[in-house]
Amino acid sequence: MKGIWLRVYAVLYLVFLYAPIILLPLFAFNDSTIIAFPLTGFTTNWFVELTKIEAMHAAVLNSLFIAITTAVFATLLGICAARANNRYRFPGQRGIMGMVMLPLVLPEIIVAVSLLVVLLQLGFSLGSWSVILGHVLICTPFSIAILNSAFQNLDRSLEEAAIDLGETPFSSFRLITLPLVMPGIISSMLISFTISLDEFIIAFFLTGNEPTLPVYLWAQLRFPQKLPVVLALGTLLVALSIILLTCAEFFRRRGVARAGKSDTGGFL
Amino acid sequence: MTQPIIDLRDVQKFYGDYHALRGITATIGQGEFFSLLGPSGCGKTTLLRTIAGFEDLSSGTVLIGGQDMARVPANQRPTNMVFQSYAIFPHLSVAQNVGFGLRRAGLDKATLAARVEEALEMVGLSGYGKRSAHALSGGQRQRVALARALILKPKVLLLDEPLSALDKKLREQMQVELIRLQRLVGITFILVTHDQEEALVMSDRIAVMFDGQIAQLDDPETLYRRPKTHRVADFIGMMNFLPARILSEDGERATLEISGLGRTEFDLGTCPTATAGPDGTAVGLRPETLTLLFDGQTATGRQVIGTVEEVVYYGDMTYYDIRLPDGDQVVRVSMRNLFGRPVLEIGAPARLSWDPGALVLFR
Repeated sequence: MKGIWLRVYAVLYLVFLYAPIILLPLFAFNDSTIIAFPLTGFTTNWFVELTKIEAMHAAVLNSLFIAITTAVFATLLGICAARANNRYRFPGQRGIMGMVMLPLVLPEIIVAVSLLVVLLQLGFSLGSWSVILGHVLICTPFSIAILNSAFQNLDRSLEEAAIDLGETPFSSFRLITLPLVMPGIISSMLISFTISLDEFIIAFFLTGNEPTLPVYLWAQLRFPQKLPVVLALGTLLVALSIILLTCAEFFRRRGVARAGKSDTGGFL
Repeated sequence: MTQPIIDLRDVQKFYGDYHALRGITATIGQGEFFSLLGPSGCGKTTLLRTIAGFEDLSSGTVLIGGQDMARVPANQRPTNMVFQSYAIFPHLSVAQNVGFGLRRAGLDKATLAARVEEALEMVGLSGYGKRSAHALSGGQRQRVALARALILKPKVLLLDEPLSALDKKLREQMQVELIRLQRLVGITFILVTHDQEEALVMSDRIAVMFDGQIAQLDDPETLYRRPKTHRVADFIGMMNFLPARILSEDGERATLEISGLGRTEFDLGTCPTATAGPDGTAVGLRPETLTLLFDGQTATGRQVIGTVEEVVYYGDMTYYDIRLPDGDQVVRVSMRNLFGRPVLEIGAPARLSWDPGALVLFR
């Protein structure tokens, strides 16, 4: 009996988690501007419509630029932090690492408002760069978490062996460490990219008059007749996110296998 | 000893307050198989890494081939190392691993391949070049690590507990191979190990280290036969320690009262004497210098009657723990299991023969 209830619970939980997301593609392909059952017919019109909205294209490009830049910077910072954390022992190490990881649990709206106040006080104008700043802040902890496990799995002797065989410390990092943590780096970039692409609150506060895709989407919700187009766009975003996260996990696992270690953690 | 290749002069190493190396002075000869032996934490690995250039000295000097290594970084020293974990680059093939050190030599492809194959052949892995480092067994990784380190023809090969990850049989096989390899290439090997048997088997000379200092530096036989301190004697092989009193001492000769064995003469001139441990004066007897007498045998030395307290059967050998007549002392005796010789049972009386000439005096 116990087993049955546990199964019912698990199924309900999954329905609760994924039903709204399944509705997204359902209505994106539904031939009606009204979001309601019963479904009236199959159409790909909403996706065709998507290709015609210029403002949205600008938002997509803006979002892509922000996401790629964020991924690069967050991962660079993550590499430095993860290497420092695994390679050296320094006073206050745990405390510092804790502080670096904190944005993971900080309410985004707090981060967004504080950044907004600080940037305006310093006299910066809002735009893509201010969004990138905010996104790097929230993506770096994810990047560190992924890269930490990549660096942790690395035998310290490997770099020493390369130095012993005549390489400089830098070239041994490049020839040995970098290729071995590369799957972690790719995984970190993909996850940072995905987080940045989907992120709304920080972008909403800091984007100025160049909206990112989620901000643009939110603005479109005021027009009910455009809702199916928004759903179509949402469908694409969800699909892209799932693909990217799957790739990220694939690379993370490959990295763990490459270093010849057993799997410890990860996001998926 | 041959011409010196490594000269360590008062080498000191501090990690913060921790004094890891307390003034190591030693000279290691060209072509010597030299071991650093000691329990974990004695500083043997730190000393090896100091020679390799991975640790900076706090004070003192390391000379290799007469050149001061103070300003020579690890990647420019004429040493190569076999790491405890082997540190095989997992993303490279066997050939790429072995040829890694030649990357900067600017060799053409054919020469490089020939050198790699030559190195692989030396360690008995010819034809393995194309394999991925993943697919290797522990023993093969060990060989790849050796080939990779030897391909650069270093003046000194440093080995950090290279056999500790292997199982017993493979370990014994690799010991013999390492000796063969060292004779073949003729360069100095410095081996770090905590396994005294391994050190005895392989080394020309052994430095026994405790607490960041060299307690004794000698060839294996001297180390085993004439330990300088109680601690060295206890660490190298098995040693029975029996409390003793010096009754009288007259130049070369001393009269001892040994607990469990009684009174005996001791020749201070020829028999080894060493520094006593914390328990004071004692004599030491190796298990193989003691003999149990079976029916019809007569003692070659002195004889006492004890009781068998424990029997440990090893196939070729049997170890007996014998309680000596006065009841306080137990000694371990090793006996070869010759054909037809019975294995004594616990509780049986045992005739024990011992030779005063085999004693080591700790005072």
